Amino acid sequence: MYGYSGKILHIDLSKRRTRTESKPEEWYKIYIGGCSMAARLCWESIEVGCDPLSPGNPICVANGLFAGTPVPVGGKYGLASKSPLTDFLGDSLSGSWFSIALKRAGWDGIVIHGASEDWVHVFVDDDRVEFRDASHLLGLGTYQTEEAIREELGDDQVRSATIGPAGENLVRMANVTNDGRQAGRTGHGAVWGSKKLKALSVRGTNGVSVADPETLLKLSYDIVDAAQGPHTQKYRILGTVSNVLNMNRIGLLPTRNYQQGVFEHAELISGEYMHEHHRVKTIACAQCPIACEQMSRVIEGPYAGSMTGIEYESLYAVSSNCGIGDMNAAIKMIDICDRGGQDTMSTGVTISWAMETFEKGVFTKEDFKCAKYPEGFEPYFGDGEAGVTLAEMIRDREGIGNLLAQGTKRASAQVDAERGTETWKWAMNIKGLETPGYDARALKTFALGLAAGTRGGCHNRSAAYDPDIKGEVDRFSVDETRGELAKSTEEYAAVYDTLPLCKFIRRCFTGKADRAGAWPVIAQLINATTGWDFDYDAVDLIGERAHTIKKALNIREGWTRADDHLPYRWQHEPLKEGASAGHVVTEEELEYLKNIYYKAKGWTDEGLIPREKLIALGMDDVAEEIGV
Amino acid sequence: MPTSTSRYQYVTCDPTKCVGCQLCEYICSYVKTGEFNTYRSCIRTVRAEEVLITSVTCRTCEDAPCVIACPRDALTQDPITGIIRIDANRCDGCAWCIEACDFGAISINPATKLAEICDLCEELEEGPQCVKWCPKEALELTTPDRRAQRARRKLAVEEVLGPRG
Repeated sequence: MYGYSGKILHIDLSKRRTRTESKPEEWYKIYIGGCSMAARLCWESIEVGCDPLSPGNPICVANGLFAGTPVPVGGKYGLASKSPLTDFLGDSLSGSWFSIALKRAGWDGIVIHGASEDWVHVFVDDDRVEFRDASHLLGLGTYQTEEAIREELGDDQVRSATIGPAGENLVRMANVTNDGRQAGRTGHGAVWGSKKLKALSVRGTNGVSVADPETLLKLSYDIVDAAQGPHTQKYRILGTVSNVLNMNRIGLLPTRNYQQGVFEHAELISGEYMHEHHRVKTIACAQCPIACEQMSRVIEGPYAGSMTGIEYESLYAVSSNCGIGDMNAAIKMIDICDRGGQDTMSTGVTISWAMETFEKGVFTKEDFKCAKYPEGFEPYFGDGEAGVTLAEMIRDREGIGNLLAQGTKRASAQVDAERGTETWKWAMNIKGLETPGYDARALKTFALGLAAGTRGGCHNRSAAYDPDIKGEVDRFSVDETRGELAKSTEEYAAVYDTLPLCKFIRRCFTGKADRAGAWPVIAQLINATTGWDFDYDAVDLIGERAHTIKKALNIREGWTRADDHLPYRWQHEPLKEGASAGHVVTEEELEYLKNIYYKAKGWTDEGLIPREKLIALGMDDVAEEIGV
Repeated sequence: MPTSTSRYQYVTCDPTKCVGCQLCEYICSYVKTGEFNTYRSCIRTVRAEEVLITSVTCRTCEDAPCVIACPRDALTQDPITGIIRIDANRCDGCAWCIEACDFGAISINPATKLAEICDLCEELEEGPQCVKWCPKEALELTTPDRRAQRARRKLAVEEVLGPRG
């Protein structure tokens, strides 16, 4: 078998034992890698119905098929566990060296079971596994932890995935970081913290062989070349933050906790402004010829010296969405999140919920007492220092940070139960995961994609904003085509998330990002790597299978139709100004959209998956358990 | 940082252009070993700080210290190209050459336990494959003299037009 070792490493933290599981080639042909394989490993390993922070919830790492080869943007891995935010499947991707080291160490995946008594650092040194004491690493930030481990082990090529203080403190929006990149969403860091796993390190010294290296090199070279042209210009020059002004223009830039879609200070947080005033250098993930990460620094003021990579999805959450038109405070907040190891998006949206809850009089100054401000402070929208302080309080679970560390769904439920309020009406989450930087009130195909998404409020798993924003459909209304469109776009995204390839390469295969443009080249890449004979249809099936295994896991964890919901605000409070004013997704519209989506998927009216459907996808054992 | 004392060509990296993608390491290891393995690459990407990234390989020093350091005379330098050659029959992997190299450009092959060094892909007509593959044109086959010429030109332009040229 080329491209795979055929081996999954199981690590039991409770017993401190390991074992190797062999998987047949047919299994790989169905689940491939990345998010799909991680979800499948989770399906096989999870204690059904477990508390996400209990030992029964496994950590499932699934490598990318192309990691360690020269295939551009293929250096990625998938991470899956039951999410402490959503109580459904949490699946994330992260790029760069870690996946490549894992490939060279000869493991297609790692499943970590149980929980450790003491803080542990697991070191996978080729085929040897070492359980190392991690007590001296506690309290260190993510980047610091990685450096400390390389220093300790005396090898620059050791690559670590780590948690920061947020994960140690079981902050539900904590994430996992490797090489300065994050498996960012759905709270993996809290799962690692619950197992007292501070870091997972890998050293791989073996070479990676592929079935047809000459063909693979030729294909890769052409893609590398195309990736320097106009198809990636947006990412290379300004990075994803170029979206700020675009979203503001169409009136969908989340502003003041999604109360507005136009931000009056958008210019001050734009990609253009950042490039001019804050950008230090553009850097890449390993194996990526695009390089999109805009490393940006605060030059002056109280946050001077803070530096991190700034993405659009981080930026909207901590700036416009908190009413903060100050790039210095925004960079500082993102820096706190990145080093502390917590999701910028959930952190920003939870802070904006706290700000609105304060402005509406539910929270008072008293609620915001902390060591820095013993008398408390008043977190009005737009107060950068309040945002910075709240990000730190969440990381440390200090004061009200202890409440906010649970995310908007749990925090609002707790406040409403204690105080008889209705703060849940502005808790911006779907299935418990905070919503992304696209206000879906006036992106109705995307609204369906988000509501139905297995992961919750996530812009990565559904690409349905694309036809809405490009004007391929009327984004303000619904019609019978949207069910098929939501299916098609989520399965398209799932192909990229499964291989995984970064979606920023999507136009570099032939100049066209659609299936016809990309799938034939992706099939050639798969075949040159593995020696298989995948064609267009086989590539397309990767996406449907990936989405199906994730959905199946959610069903087994108790998903019902009512879980495919939208935030109250998007359904009842239209935007008042800008190019998207006046729109909501009504209850009737959402139920209609769900109906036609389940139908397009070949599911029942209740959104369950028929047995025959699962069997046709090669998932017979899944059909046994949840097929109807 | 010491600089090359060479009149010979070598591969240099512009740290303002390098993004740390490591494609140079992939292609180098493949050309030299038939496998993709950055542990086997003769050019190495270095990420010293979060934004300080560059690649380093043999600088083909004149009177190369690695050649002088080898206690078994396994290393020789081509008088025309400056390329360092390692005689696998003589090398016993003692790593004195590695210690002598100010650039960290020599490594021990983990399989054979012998020293390995960049040969500028001298057997290939296209020249160094890392230079060919570098997506950001950060790598370049050059000589110290050529770099000096460029530095002088840059200085001249800046003095007339200001730092942004």
